[in-house]
Amino acid sequence: MLTADASQAATWRSLRQEVLAGDADSRAVTLHERAQATRRSILKMITDAGQGHIGGDFSVTDILTVLFDAVMNVDPENPRQEDRDHFILSKGHCAAALYSTLAHSGFFPVSELDTFMAPLSALNGHPNRVKVPGVETNTGPLGHGLPVAVGTAIGAKLLNNGARVFVVTGDGEMQEGSNWEALMSASHQKLDNLTVVVDRNRLQQGARTEETNGLDPLDARLAAFGMEVRVVDGHNYNDLIDALRPSTTGSPVAVIANTIKGKGVSFIEDRVEWHHKVPSQEQTLQAFQELS
Amino acid sequence: MTTTTVLNDAPTFDNRQDFADELIALARTNDRIVAVCNDSVGSSNLTKFRDEFPDRLINVGIAEQNMVGVGAGLANAGLIPFVCAAGPFLTGRSLEQIKADVAYSQHNVILCGMSPGMAYGELGPTHHSVEDFSWLRPLPGLDIVVPADGAQTRAAVRNAVADPRPTYIRVGRFKVPHVSEDNVGLERGKFVVAREGTDVTIIATGTEVSRALWAAASLASEGVSARVLNATYLSPLDEEAIKDAARQTGAIVTAEEANVAGGLGAAVASVVGQLEDGARVPMRILGLNHFAPTGSTAFLLDHFGLTADHITAAAREVLHRD
Ligand SMILES: Cc1ncc(C[n+]2csc(CCOP(=O)(O)OP(=O)(O)O)c2C)c(N)n1
Repeated sequence: MLTADASQAATWRSLRQEVLAGDADSRAVTLHERAQATRRSILKMITDAGQGHIGGDFSVTDILTVLFDAVMNVDPENPRQEDRDHFILSKGHCAAALYSTLAHSGFFPVSELDTFMAPLSALNGHPNRVKVPGVETNTGPLGHGLPVAVGTAIGAKLLNNGARVFVVTGDGEMQEGSNWEALMSASHQKLDNLTVVVDRNRLQQGARTEETNGLDPLDARLAAFGMEVRVVDGHNYNDLIDALRPSTTGSPVAVIANTIKGKGVSFIEDRVEWHHKVPSQEQTLQAFQELS
Repeated sequence: MTTTTVLNDAPTFDNRQDFADELIALARTNDRIVAVCNDSVGSSNLTKFRDEFPDRLINVGIAEQNMVGVGAGLANAGLIPFVCAAGPFLTGRSLEQIKADVAYSQHNVILCGMSPGMAYGELGPTHHSVEDFSWLRPLPGLDIVVPADGAQTRAAVRNAVADPRPTYIRVGRFKVPHVSEDNVGLERGKFVVAREGTDVTIIATGTEVSRALWAAASLASEGVSARVLNATYLSPLDEEAIKDAARQTGAIVTAEEANVAGGLGAAVASVVGQLEDGARVPMRILGLNHFAPTGSTAFLLDHFGLTADHITAAAREVLHRD
């Protein structure tokens, strides 16, 4: 099991205070810088490892940044504290985005990112809670995170500890039936402590979602399953913060975060082949420039 | 006497290519052949199939339980469905559909477990398909076919079309050398004798077959005559070949890129353990027994003791010549 980096955690703590105290504009600037730094880490991890899921990593980066830097109540030095807010990345193929967000928050040393997918590394291609602090459950097969999040939310209610539970799914991932079974229980159980964020980048592995097995009208479907639905620009930091506020109706919250797969790098954005393509040396240089 | 020789530096191939080519060739003359997948057109090598037969590729999206159910329905309607998905999601996610809708219902669905074993290396245990033998062997009426190279992969596809029945085929991605002739056939329920031998038998499957042949060659240089059986079918199981191996060679090593709890070695052991006194020979079962750490496929095969050197050592051990 990796362990926390105390000085990185301290830096993160003061940054968080700054974010929460600042006005909307300065908050957006700070969060954008954080997100871009995370994207640069992801880019390096993927080019070094020669594999990874860059498109989905970049679409979810802003969501992860907002959750960890502005919304969730977590302590990187005490990652299993019982009343923590819980975060589950159901689209586990975007492990690189999660690892770099966790490392930048001090859950483990940033230097560890250099081992991504190397032999015997804790940082596998999909996240493993047995080895990586901050990871709450092992994901990779799509459609597993939301049911586990529902159980976690029920548990937090039974313990009455005030913990909130956040889960991010891919939009293609919502084609898995297990998610809809979980949504039914979530609303039946009135889990107002649960927030499901759908990373709505409209692409899956092989094609657009609407050409493969259409999800629309996703908002109406989620509402019909009893969710309090919020539709938001998944790259607008202040709007995301607002969308991630607690439930106002007593129902679980579903946030449809409209995102761009590959966000931040022009030649990667919204292109299906970048689901798991690896940039060439030249492309890597250009990508670094665009992310700086 | 059969002796297959595989050079150490023999070129290696991804069996998915042969799989796709054979499927397309057959689909040109048999319009009952359809393919079903889960957003895996590319990873199942079905892009060319889709381009040529757009109406006959049914992509249900990321929904494997539905995918197998749809496959059973297609078979029920009279088609020959090849249901293709990465092995772990096909078998693990849809296990009950495979049991009830395919095996128990006897719908002639051809389940194609793409990139099985630890082909997805660093993507980790969630993406490894190493429990498939253990999960599927108990299902009566489901054939399990493990081609060891491209030619055998083509033969498995031909068998499935010529005589459709509930079948699971492992379609390998980790590159392996050829161990059989072009246009080879596969006899249902029979192991292939890859090399004759009298002192010990190595029963290997899939990726491990070429490694077993390398091991046999190095054992030969030590004066040990090793028989190599290529377990192309795990179900139905070639019990006769196993009994012959025990009675004639007196020691058995099995090697599989799969978990040992319920896999090939366990199947062989259950036959050997029930033989008459004097024929219950010593065995070594090589395979996986824990979730893989991070690493490439080649690294992990070494980690789990599945290289030719490991097989050689296990043979020496079982012969008490170490
Ligand atoms: C059960 C299961 N089936 C298939 C896959 C293979 N797979 C990995 S990522 C992916 C596409 C995911 O698309 P989406 O959820 O939209 O994620 P994003 O586009 O954000 O990467 C697929 C099919 C898987 N990981 N799990």
